[in-house]
Amino acid sequence: MIIAEKKPIEEVIEMVKDFRKILIVGCNECVTVCEAGGKREVAVLASSLRMYFMNQGKDTQIDEVTLERQCDREYLEEIRNRIEQYDVVISLACGVGVQFLAETYSRFPVYPGVNTCFMGVTEERGVWSERCQGCGQCILGSTGGICPISRCAKRLLNGPCGGSTKGKCEISKDLDCAWQLIIDRLKELDRLDEYEQIAPIKDWSTERAGGPRRVVREDVRQ
Amino acid sequence: MKTDSRLEKVLKTGGLAVTSECGPPRGAVPEKIREKAAMLKGYVDAINVTDNQTAVVRMSSLAACIFIRQMGLSAILQMVARDRNRIAMQSDILGAYSHGVDTMLCLSGDHPKFGDHPMAANVYDIDSVQMVQMVKQMRDEGTFQGGGDIENPPKMYIGAAANPFADPFELRVPRLAKKVTAGVDFIQTQCVYNLDKFERWMAQIRERGLHEKVHILAGITPMKSAGMARYMKNRVPGMDVPDELVNRMAGVPKEKQGAEGLTIAVESIERLKEVKGLSGFHIMAIEWEEKVPEIVERAGLLPRPEV
Repeated sequence: MIIAEKKPIEEVIEMVKDFRKILIVGCNECVTVCEAGGKREVAVLASSLRMYFMNQGKDTQIDEVTLERQCDREYLEEIRNRIEQYDVVISLACGVGVQFLAETYSRFPVYPGVNTCFMGVTEERGVWSERCQGCGQCILGSTGGICPISRCAKRLLNGPCGGSTKGKCEISKDLDCAWQLIIDRLKELDRLDEYEQIAPIKDWSTERAGGPRRVVREDVRQ
Repeated sequence: MKTDSRLEKVLKTGGLAVTSECGPPRGAVPEKIREKAAMLKGYVDAINVTDNQTAVVRMSSLAACIFIRQMGLSAILQMVARDRNRIAMQSDILGAYSHGVDTMLCLSGDHPKFGDHPMAANVYDIDSVQMVQMVKQMRDEGTFQGGGDIENPPKMYIGAAANPFADPFELRVPRLAKKVTAGVDFIQTQCVYNLDKFERWMAQIRERGLHEKVHILAGITPMKSAGMARYMKNRVPGMDVPDELVNRMAGVPKEKQGAEGLTIAVESIERLKEVKGLSGFHIMAIEWEEKVPEIVERAGLLPRPEV
């Protein structure tokens, strides 16, 4: 899923302090799971903002809604009738949702309430970590199911580098060396001999480097 | 001969090669490069020029290599994968070769986190193994990585690094084997302090016959003080400094620790000279270049051959 973090309240206040009718829109997908932009976080942000405006002596209307998703038009349509009454929208979806909301309601200023971080997993409640950078050409089949692009700090395809120490990455003691993990896994699978095959120079044109990406599937297109 | 590299010629003689390195200055001060290189003249076969080592901005390796070439000395262009994509790398290789720089060292590079611009974007378009492949393709096939023909292909003698001391130890030889498969000509190792472990590593290299396919130069860095020994032991990733060495440094008075460090370096070289399959030494006297001649002389590595 997409992992996000709540923006500091001061930053959100700075964006919306001059508005009087605010709609906070949460998302029921990834950001709910990572506890950054679901129904509960919408409620918390709403009460913090109400408190701020009350202390400022400013009469401000703050409403809350949480959509099933903000990356699909059909769910964004659910607020079409009520959005007219607000003068600003704060989206607590990931950057994808914020943009799609802004695109759908282009007359309204839309501000982000979270920082979108990465595609990752819940290691345990309160700890999320990265697993994929969406390079568009998956190599997990040859790396024992562990991605060196997202998990090696130097995205080495023929690692490990000389800084791997006791299973940890040289940049942080809290970070596993991806290549140590790959080697351990290949060993477990009795495939360590595959390590010596040189991973070819990667074509990054399917990654960010190739420009904004699009997938078109004629077989499912309507 | 694959190239006109002086290092290749020296290694071809079968004698022990000696290289050293210069870290370029943190400013537009070419005289500093010239001073450092002048100290090494006649004592080493070629001089590595580091590429923004530890991710700290310095004068470019290429520019500094050109100054060294202009002094009639042989320079080894270090290039890291951190800051350049394949377009910039190949472009700099053409530029380097045009200036008579015919030897290079392909590295991944230290992560920006360690440097003076931890906020910088990093590149890592290709890794060091792939860089070796790319430079070899440019040299032997006369084509760019993208496939296009090169007019007057750069005949680079290709080096890479190896760290016999990083984890996992069992992977250290297989990783070197990958570099050999990629086409590397010579290897310069991480600083060797744990001689026993280095000898075990070399034994594994010989077991696989890799010493016959690649020239290995052992990295030697003299320690200036007990403090430096402790720092190298505890703070530098992938460095293996045995306790006995730290204790030996700490056991002499402060003002004599530098001399002790030099003696340790000389003793290390003398012992490693006996290691079968080793082709020479890479002496990295960090900001202590003036001591390289003494080490080379005391270790019996003079005179350097005329090739």
